[in-house]
Amino acid sequence: MTVTAVRKDSQRLTLTVEAEFDAPVERIWQLWADPRKLERWWGPPTYPATFTKHDLAPGGHVEYHMTGSAGDQPHGYWDVLEVEPPRRILFRDGCANADGTPRPINTIRVGIEEVAQGRTRMSIEIVFPSTEAMEQALAMGTDEGLSQAVSQIEAILAEETIRR
Amino acid sequence: MVVSVQIAPPNFDRVFPALADHTRRDIVRRAISAEEGVLELASHYPMSFAAVQKHVAVLERAGLITKQRIGRRKVVRTNLEALLVARRLLDQYEELWRARIDRMDALIAETAGVIDTVETMESKR
Repeated sequence: MTVTAVRKDSQRLTLTVEAEFDAPVERIWQLWADPRKLERWWGPPTYPATFTKHDLAPGGHVEYHMTGSAGDQPHGYWDVLEVEPPRRILFRDGCANADGTPRPINTIRVGIEEVAQGRTRMSIEIVFPSTEAMEQALAMGTDEGLSQAVSQIEAILAEETIRR
Repeated sequence: MVVSVQIAPPNFDRVFPALADHTRRDIVRRAISAEEGVLELASHYPMSFAAVQKHVAVLERAGLITKQRIGRRKVVRTNLEALLVARRLLDQYEELWRARIDRMDALIAETAGVIDTVETMESKR
């Protein structure tokens, strides 16, 4: 089981997910550092992400959009705060308002560490400033757009659960 | 790898839009304690029965209320669970990240396959 721990704090609006992979640290780092790899997991297959800018350095900016089946393209960005390859990233994740102005959603802290030879733990701590921001994250772009995407994710997960 | 995820009831993305309307918030508030049907609920508001019925339908789709049969009557009840929005949103976020980690895992397995193939080819040389 890849996901080894999940912690939720409704008061602090924090979600922590830990996962372990049978792969060395560098390979997990590349999932974040290589935009072509990143876009293969950030969005679901039904809502793929395209990263158009990827400056993973302190003060850097990452830009992406997701493409829905209806052709809708909600835009998102990261404000990169801290980076320490290949172990640590701290960034603010946000989405673009209809007029293009940025709207912060949450702060994500990624930690990558070796737990054994060829085995790596990745921890992701997501802190939301408010429940409204959490709602924004889930309804990124248009109201219908992401809610559809979320149900698609659910459908995918449901399918996979059945298959297994 | 196996991630067996209990699929949370959907529509939490509808909770906030559903609660953005004054009348709907009032219906949710009344339906916590009252045991009224749609017709009785409608009598509290200066609008048509059809309009109230529509509001009830929006709330029902968001999972904020349910219609329960009590004897021959159908009463509208607030789903208190659904009001624990922050918690539910965290749940949904967990689903989102589990799906992402699943895809990471698939990607790792895929590149591991490529490396294995390369290594096999090299060892054959």
